[in-house]
Amino acid sequence: MKLLVCVKRVVDYNVKIRVKPDGSGVELANIKMSMNPFDEIAVEEAVRLKEQGKATEIVAVSIGPQQAGETIRTALAMGADRGILVKTDATVEPLAVAKILAKVVEQEKPDLIILGKQAIDDDSNQTGQMLAALLGWPQGTFAFKVAMGEGSIDVTREVDGGLQTVGLKLPAIVTTDLRLNEPRYASLPNIMKAKKKPLDETSPETLGVDVAPRLKVVKTVEPGGRKAGVKVGSVAELVSKLKVEAGVL
Amino acid sequence: MTTLLIAEHDNAQLKDSTHKALSAAAALGAPVHVLVAGSNARAAAEAASKLAGVEKVLLADAAPYEHQLAEPTAALIVSLAGSYDALVAPATSKGKNVMPRVAALLDVMQVSDIIKVVSPDTFERPIYAGNAIQTVQATDAKKVITVRTAAFPAAAEGGSAAIEAVNAAEDSGLSSFKGEEIAKSERPELTSARIIISGGRSLGSSENFTKYLEPIADSLGAAMGASRAAVDAGYAPNDWQVGQTGKVVAPDLYIAVGISGAIQHLAGMKDSKVIVAINKDEEAPIFQVADYGLVGDLFTILPELKDELTRAGQ
Repeated sequence: MKLLVCVKRVVDYNVKIRVKPDGSGVELANIKMSMNPFDEIAVEEAVRLKEQGKATEIVAVSIGPQQAGETIRTALAMGADRGILVKTDATVEPLAVAKILAKVVEQEKPDLIILGKQAIDDDSNQTGQMLAALLGWPQGTFAFKVAMGEGSIDVTREVDGGLQTVGLKLPAIVTTDLRLNEPRYASLPNIMKAKKKPLDETSPETLGVDVAPRLKVVKTVEPGGRKAGVKVGSVAELVSKLKVEAGVL
Repeated sequence: MTTLLIAEHDNAQLKDSTHKALSAAAALGAPVHVLVAGSNARAAAEAASKLAGVEKVLLADAAPYEHQLAEPTAALIVSLAGSYDALVAPATSKGKNVMPRVAALLDVMQVSDIIKVVSPDTFERPIYAGNAIQTVQATDAKKVITVRTAAFPAAAEGGSAAIEAVNAAEDSGLSSFKGEEIAKSERPELTSARIIISGGRSLGSSENFTKYLEPIADSLGAAMGASRAAVDAGYAPNDWQVGQTGKVVAPDLYIAVGISGAIQHLAGMKDSKVIVAINKDEEAPIFQVADYGLVGDLFTILPELKDELTRAGQ
């Protein structure tokens, strides 16, 4: 069984982002970039499936600038077998990402595709569902647990109020939630080995996908701030203020 | 020019997130129809027909929609989409699951998690865990939108829309429902509660959540929440998590107990009307967003708070 995992290069989750003063976007120059954390969970799950003997090959795909190749190398160091970089310097929206991935799927014919549920930069939470739609495949989003069967997969999903389990016929799409697993750190020998693993390059043009944006970004601003309030000295003062001043009790 | 709002419901009851998403749908300025896709969901459709501003309710009542799985539900919405200029759903786990599938089938780029309708094609949405707000203009002829419900008021009752049955779309049979574990609780749901009390890792154990937080939640009729750290430590269930990767809430009163205030947590609660922080570290970032801060040991403060609330008649 062949697995495809999709990884995105994003601003590292520890970086406090800054909005450009002219409102044109977020400061990205000289900022630490990393693999989207939900995608790390996707790679980890794929590697575990391979270690359990349930998968034979893992292909990691990323769409982005040349440096997105480094993100693929991280996936290779974690245990993916080879990579495909779809190189573009353009901003690619989830719909176009899904179209590019659908083309890659046509060529690679994987049985299961694992993606992060959302990227922590644009927070769209769309790509996996869109890819499933374009391929006509079933989807198990926000995965908490996956159990591989014969020609099918059971995905336990994090939903409002608890968990829901769905059975999907393969081929299928899974998107990962936080608690599916804890991704491993790549060891130094594996990082060295990853440098020798194959990494192919292609482009949206070669794949015949139009990536022109459908959403026009008008402006990007800082969120409205909240001011610190007062410190109260005692529980009694707190309750009295909540009752009288704030009127919420 | 009509908008179709996808209702959030459990067949028996219409969820509050529908009321809130209706306010966003109405702000698009066109008449609003509501789709209730379910099984034996007449009651939910009737509740939707009573909401002010709803022109018509479409009821698709068929077995494949019982759990509103993405594949059959998206196919249904797409079969109806021709008559609508905008398709709107609350950004609940169901809405987030189904709508991008709909958008891709229609070749539309979805606008996720809107917090404001600037004009019928222009919206504000948070990016980078709410650390920036982007205004985007959707250029596709049809709009597919999910709504961050905490950002919109609940639409009132007072309508009497007609309910029209619509045919089920074909079900591909690619997915099936296998089971669910939904926590049964007398408490209000996190996303619609008026008061929320949340605990952090400083509570130290799930027993302490029960012993110290629960009595206060009981006396306030509050929902209980938790920080990601507390959930990861196993002190509280997953679906209690408030934050960018959990639930985004905006109650009248949010009480954060032993929560330091990581960016990812603040992104989930900073729109609450009144925020109270109880923490022993007076430098904790949570105090920078709190209206009322109390510095001290939570194991001393919480029992006192319980007594004080009892005295105050809460």
